[in-house]
Parts: sequence; C-alpha cells; structure tokens
Amino acid sequence: MIRFAGDSGDGMQLTGTRFTETTAIVGNDLSTLPDYPAEIRAPAGSLAGVSAFQLHFSSKEIHTPGDQPDVLVAMNPAALKVHLAELIPGGIIITNESAFSPKNLKLAGYESNPLEDDTLDSYEVYSIEMSRLVATACEDMDISPKTVDRTKNMFALGLLYWIYNRPLEPTINWLGVKFKKRPELIDSNIRALNAGYNYGETVEIFTTRFAVEKAPLPAGKYRNINGNFATSAGLLAASEKANIPLFYGGYPITPASDILHTLASFRHFGVKTFQAEDEIAGITSAIGASFTGSIGVTASSGPGIALKSEAIGLAVIAELPLVIINVQRGGPSTGLPTKTEQADLFQALFGRNGEAPVPVIAAQTPGDCFFTAFEACQVAIKYRTPVFMLSDGYLANGSEPWSIPNFDQLPSIKPDFFASENGVPFMPYARDEKTLARPWAIPGTPGLEHRIGGLEKEDVTGNVSYDPENHHHMTEIRAQKVANIAQDIPPTEILGGASGDLLILSWGGTYGSCRSATERLQNEGKKVSLVHLRWLNPLPKDLGEILIRFKNVLIPELNMGQLSKMIRADYLVDAQGLNHVRGRPFKSADIVSKAQKLIG
Amino acid sequence: MAEATVETPKLDRRDFVSDQAVRWCPGCGDYAILAQAQKTFPDLGIDKEKFVFISGIGCSSRFPYYMNTYGFHTIHGRAPAIASGVKLANPELSVWVITGDGDALSIGGNHTIHLLRRNLDINVMLFNNRIYGLTKGQYSPTSELGKITKSTPLGSLDRPFNPLALALGAQAGFVARAIDRETAHLQSMIRRAHSHSGSAFIEIYQNCNIFNDGAFSPMTEKETKADKVLWLENNKPLVFGAELNKGIHLDGNVPKVVEIGDKWSTDDLLVHNETDWTIAMLLSNFTYQDEFPDPIGVFYSVDEPIYEVMLAEQIEFAKKNKGIGDMQTLLDGADNWVVE
Repeated sequence: MIRFAGDSGDGMQLTGTRFTETTAIVGNDLSTLPDYPAEIRAPAGSLAGVSAFQLHFSSKEIHTPGDQPDVLVAMNPAALKVHLAELIPGGIIITNESAFSPKNLKLAGYESNPLEDDTLDSYEVYSIEMSRLVATACEDMDISPKTVDRTKNMFALGLLYWIYNRPLEPTINWLGVKFKKRPELIDSNIRALNAGYNYGETVEIFTTRFAVEKAPLPAGKYRNINGNFATSAGLLAASEKANIPLFYGGYPITPASDILHTLASFRHFGVKTFQAEDEIAGITSAIGASFTGSIGVTASSGPGIALKSEAIGLAVIAELPLVIINVQRGGPSTGLPTKTEQADLFQALFGRNGEAPVPVIAAQTPGDCFFTAFEACQVAIKYRTPVFMLSDGYLANGSEPWSIPNFDQLPSIKPDFFASENGVPFMPYARDEKTLARPWAIPGTPGLEHRIGGLEKEDVTGNVSYDPENHHHMTEIRAQKVANIAQDIPPTEILGGASGDLLILSWGGTYGSCRSATERLQNEGKKVSLVHLRWLNPLPKDLGEILIRFKNVLIPELNMGQLSKMIRADYLVDAQGLNHVRGRPFKSADIVSKAQKLIG
Repeated sequence: MAEATVETPKLDRRDFVSDQAVRWCPGCGDYAILAQAQKTFPDLGIDKEKFVFISGIGCSSRFPYYMNTYGFHTIHGRAPAIASGVKLANPELSVWVITGDGDALSIGGNHTIHLLRRNLDINVMLFNNRIYGLTKGQYSPTSELGKITKSTPLGSLDRPFNPLALALGAQAGFVARAIDRETAHLQSMIRRAHSHSGSAFIEIYQNCNIFNDGAFSPMTEKETKADKVLWLENNKPLVFGAELNKGIHLDGNVPKVVEIGDKWSTDDLLVHNETDWTIAMLLSNFTYQDEFPDPIGVFYSVDEPIYEVMLAEQIEFAKKNKGIGDMQTLLDGADNWVVE
C-alpha cells in the first residue's frame, strides 16, 4: 500500500492516479483513497495544505484501500508530519529533501529536521534532492525553473515504478496526450520520470521485503527490527560480552552496506569501522585486527565474498577468530543486486583453495540475525576460526516485531588471551584438548613473540613445515576442529511429529514460507514436519537419524539445489528439491503444492 | 612513532634473531637488509613485544620469520591492509610492512597507495630488486622497459613504475630510498622512518644475484658509484661525483647536471628541502634516466594528520557527545511496545 502526500501544488493526486492506471494495466486488484484538503490552495508548506492519495494493490483480491501504508511518499515536512503516524513500522519513506528547508520545517511544526535526528530511525528513508535532480535532468531546456520544479512528482512516480517493477510507457503515452500542445512539458516530465526510475536502479533500492503474517505475539517487550540492524547489534553485543573491541573492515556493496553504516554509528561503543579500498582490504584489515585481539568482522555480498576467498583461507590456516557475513543476492557475477537468493551456500562451504573448512551459520528471520551474528562471534572466538554467517537481501532489508532480549542474560564470551608462562617456551599451535583451538596470543604480550602465516605450520611449534605427514595431520586437525562445533549445537527441534510422511528441511530466509506451508499441511491432517537448519557446517549430530524417520524429504531453496546435494551426499537420503531463483521469496502455496505432489 | 618508552630493558641484536634458518639464496641482498634491521631495532627504545612485522608474498616477505618478534607472513599484496588492521586495533604497536616490488606495486598496488594516503603510522620497507625472484625470474613492475626474462623473451613492453613517485603521488608523508650495500645509511633510514609519525615509505635497492644480478651495480660498485649516487642531505646543495664537482641545477623547472668550476658554483645548485614536495617529485624522476644520478636518502618528510589518531578522537568525541554506549538502550531502541 502506497500513500502519496505533498503540498496541494505538488501534483499528488495526479501522481497517484497515474500509478493506479499503470497498476491496473499490469493486472493487480486495487483500491484507492484520495484525500485532499478542502482549500484548493492552502498556504504552501502548511499542514492544512497537505494533499494525499492512497493506493492499495495486491495480486490477491482486496476490498479496502487499507489502513496503514507500506510506503509513504512525503514531498515536504508537512506531508511527513501528517502521515507518518500511520506508516507501518519499518516502512519506506521517500521524501523530497529539497523541500526540508527551515521555513517548511517551521510551518510543519518540526523543531529539528526529522531527516537528521532520530525521528525516522525505525523506517527505511530515501531522502532525495528531487528538485535538484529534476533541475539537472532538464538543465539544457529552455523552460522556467518553476516549471521544471513541478515535474518532481514525476520523479517520485518514476522511482515508485522502479520499486514496484512497473512499466513507464502508459505514463509516457498519457503525458503525450495531456501536454499535446506543450511539447516542452512532455519532454521535461518524461525526463523527470526517467530520472526517478534510474535513481532507483542506480542506488539499488531493495525491492523484496520480508513479509510478516499477523499473529498473536507472546508477552514481552517488542520493537521493530530489520536484518542488517539486527546483525550489527548482534556483533556489538558479542564484542561487549567478550569485552574485546569490535573491528569491522568492509567495502560498500548492496545489500550489505547498511551493516557498515550501522556499525559506523556505534563509535560511542568504541566500534572501529574501516571503509577499505576494496573487498580484499576489508577482510584482511579485519584479519589484522583479529591477530591483534579484536573480533574482526567483514560483510559483503556474493561478488565481494568471491574477492575475499583467498583471505578466508589465510584465516583458516592462521586459525584466527573472524566473522564473514554474506548478505546474499542474486548471482552469478553482478547478477541481481537488489533481489534475494540463497545460492551462495556452496561458496561459503567450499569457495576456497585447498581443504579449508569454515563453519557456516544462517539466519532465519530479520530478528534472528541478531542471535546468528552473536553466535558466529561466540564460535569464532571459542574455536579460533573464521565463521561464515549467511543472511540474504530479504532478511537484511525486511523487518519484523522482535522480542527484545535482556542483554544481561546473554551468555558471556571468554576470549582467553594467552599469557606468558615464565620460562616455558610459547607454542603457538599447541591445542585445547576439547575444542582443538590454538592459543590467542596477541602482539604486545611480552614473551609470546611468534610468527604465523599462510605457509603450512608444524603442529605445536608453529614453525613453517613442508613435511608431508604434518600437512596431512594439520588438515585433519583443521577439519576436526570445525566438526567439534557440533558438540555446541543443541538437539534439533522438529516442528511436528518425530516421524511421518514428509520432512520439510529448510535453511536461512525461507523459514517463514516453509513454516507456513508446514502448518497448512498439518492442518489438512498430513503427517508433515519441519526442520530448519541454523548450522550448515557442521550439520547437527542428530540430523541423520531424523531424516531416516520420514518417508520423504523436501528441501525448498532459493537456489538450484545446494543443500539438497549435501544432504543426498552426506546421508544417502533421496531428498527432493524445490528450487526457484526468481529473486523473490517462496510462496507458501508453492511449497504446499510440491508437498502434495510428493505425498498425495 | 611517539611511544618512546621510559624504561626499556637493554636489547641487542640477538634478541631480534629468531631460531629459524634463513633460507634466502647465498649472496642475496636480503641478508644485508635483515642484518641492518636486527642491528637497528634494539636501539629504537621500544619493547620487543611491541614490534610487529607484516609481509605479503615474495622472497622479501619471508623476513618476519627471521625476526624474533610478532610477525605475520600473509598473502600476496595484502600486507598493508593487514598491517592497517593491526595498527588500528592497537596503535601502541610499532608496525612494519616488509614487501617487494611485485608484492607492493603489482598485486598489492591498491593497498600500498591507500595505506600511504590514509597516513597510518606504519613503516613500509619495500625491497626493490626489479625482478620476480620467488617465481624464478619474470620481469616485475619496476623492471626496465625491454627487460628480457622468461616471460618476456623479446623484452618487456611495460614502462616501469617509479616507486617513490608513486608514494609521493599517493601523498605519503615520509619517502626515502636506501641501498642494501650501504649498511650505515640503511640503518639511519630505518631510524628516520621509525621516528616519523605517519606512514613512512622506504624503497631499498636490493640485489637479486640469481635473477637480476647487478641491477644496481652502477650505484654500488666503487668505480661508478660516486657518479651514479646523489646523497640527499636536507638543506644542502645537491652535489655528487668523486671530486664532489657535479651538481643539480634547476633551469626554470628543468633539472640539469652541471660541473662545478668556471661556469657553475655550488650557489647555483638546487638545495634539497625535505619538506618541498615538488623537489621530492623532481628527484624521484631521476630514476631510470641515465643522465642523472640516483638520489639516495630522505626525499620528503612532513607531518600530516594520522588516521588512527583521528579515529581515536572520533571515538572520544562520540562517547562525550552521545554518552558511552549502553547495550540494553541500543537493543530497546527508540520505539518499543509491551505485549501483555
């Protein structure tokens, strides 16, 4: 549901009507609610002068214009003031930044600029200097600046067409007819429309959002949270619990950049963020910080992760704690930067030279990103290993009501920096018996001077070693160390019966659709259960015995069958896949119908 | 580096020698550089555990294994980025990047320039032998045009990089050159780099006696070196030659070699000024030009704002401005509600 709001002179009714026409053409059901002021022209910028148009559209049948919009287009401060309260938590706000002048802010009754203070913290804000951009788009035209400025509604419309993947042609045709006698207006409006559309494409506004079905929430304190914020907060919480600094090295990339932005705003916690010159420097600076006793973190998306591969191998052989976050998007290559996908599972598991095992954990909802990031840090520190955390564009940009955890009740994390034992030579590759972790001895500690590096090291001493037996032994040790993490994974939860006709096995951001589908099938009386995997490497110890208790196993994934291949290979189970890579989440109905085909 | 410690136990060369056998080829220039480093570091007034040597890949990058300090032999080209993480995590450490011409200027060129422009207080020692040694003799980004190697049997087609011009272009605050054979001078350059606050870049001419023997012999052999080396001394006229009878004169903005005698006196010569970027750039371009001697010494030294110092200031500012971060407040957020 979209609400367009602006000054009555901003052309909001017209913008809304055009979007409605186009939406009807693409075949959505819709319902609209124009809402304009009684005064034809109340004073510009005033609260009384705000005009609005609301449109509710859906691929399903709908009956009302809706209560709360998902997107608010607010062309000036007054429009924001009047309509903000009704926007859904976490909704999108698109504003014309150029209209947020001191005068307009005063007219709207804002004491400080809501674009600059924390008023809009819980929304996704696109504040765009529309007036300046349309002026630039039309700068070589011989028309008055005022006329040009009036095309900014077309800019906003173009941007919405990008977000909702709508064609521009119906509006362009309409402009041609409407301004038949004034070709310069056709040209300027089309330029503004295109500028808005291209803006969306250029800044990579994410278009697939996490959908939450309304459900009664258990008692507790809640907030709205999106995946990238939750990830950032989880990392910070782990660093606070471990009482070691958080260092983040990264390079901007959609849809992971918000982690960098969020962590950069945590300077008052002592967080050090480093916007590096490239993806490689992002991760290698984090490795340097980990070597020096911080928890080093880097985040990216598929193409950036590809560039980090060699450095991940270094962290594996150097056995240093490190967290690598992949906010997955459509691939390969640049692929679909603003669309979601789960096709980087194999990249996380295997995307390195040599035998280079890395633990992999995946978040299942936006709020769960907090706990996943926290756990990734916990394991990285405990086992002295890089850990992959998989998120995706859908989780990262989507939000949900989140039961706020009590920070004091989160587990503590012990970095256990090694301290010198006088007279005893330091052995950098001696190991903890239970975890096989090696000591974390940080520069600056007297008596522990030692050298690490990418060359194979002799067990215990850490000296460079080309010995064939040692290499084989170290390879096994590194694998066993990762396998040992399974001892920390709690018994697998099964949603439904412990055995039955069908097990739906899922991982990552498809949790919501898989759960809905499972519940629907269960309500139909089917013997269907759901297991959702949090750890992809190592897999839970009890997974094998669970799988064999079901006659069928269905693995829905937004890739061409990566977990399916693993399950088939590891457990010799005839798992069936449901595989889509269309840039959007599963519909529960798709999973239900595939399940029905399998079990009748 | 400002963190001179008050009471440092007396260290000597042996404290910096690790128990690992040095495995460079016999006669390699790297031995001389290692020896000078092991002689110099004990006297810098810093606790041994505060030194960290970070290297990439290549012959020179084995260096950290031979120093009995903290060290990290990393991956090709990335040492400056790893060193940046080390320095940012603990600014008290004395961080040294050990790298070569291929490591720093080819695969790691991006990291080198960005380290220098950010001006972290990290020292870079670039061992320049103008060849790939570890991979057995392909031309490097500093090899002269037309270099015949295994990968360029008809001569290389790339114009060589000029490391010091690149460092100056990247806005490095300290830029110097040394030669492996000039041991006392090399020690003094290490000391100067250490005492400079901010990124320091030393190019060290290093002979690879296996794959590029004699690359710098005009500058190291007795017969030629007086005419081919221009020793830089701050605030002194640029004089060279066995008889100290040659100098650099600036004709407009074009440098020329002149003979001191009837026509020219030392008053006509360009006076070196370590704080003058234009002079530094001009001198850096003598390299690869046969008519000029190669300048050795400190080209440029100015203090610029230091990245990790500004980062620490930002953190203090944020703590003062917003109050020290409280985790529960952050989790609670500005808007929350209670479900009964």
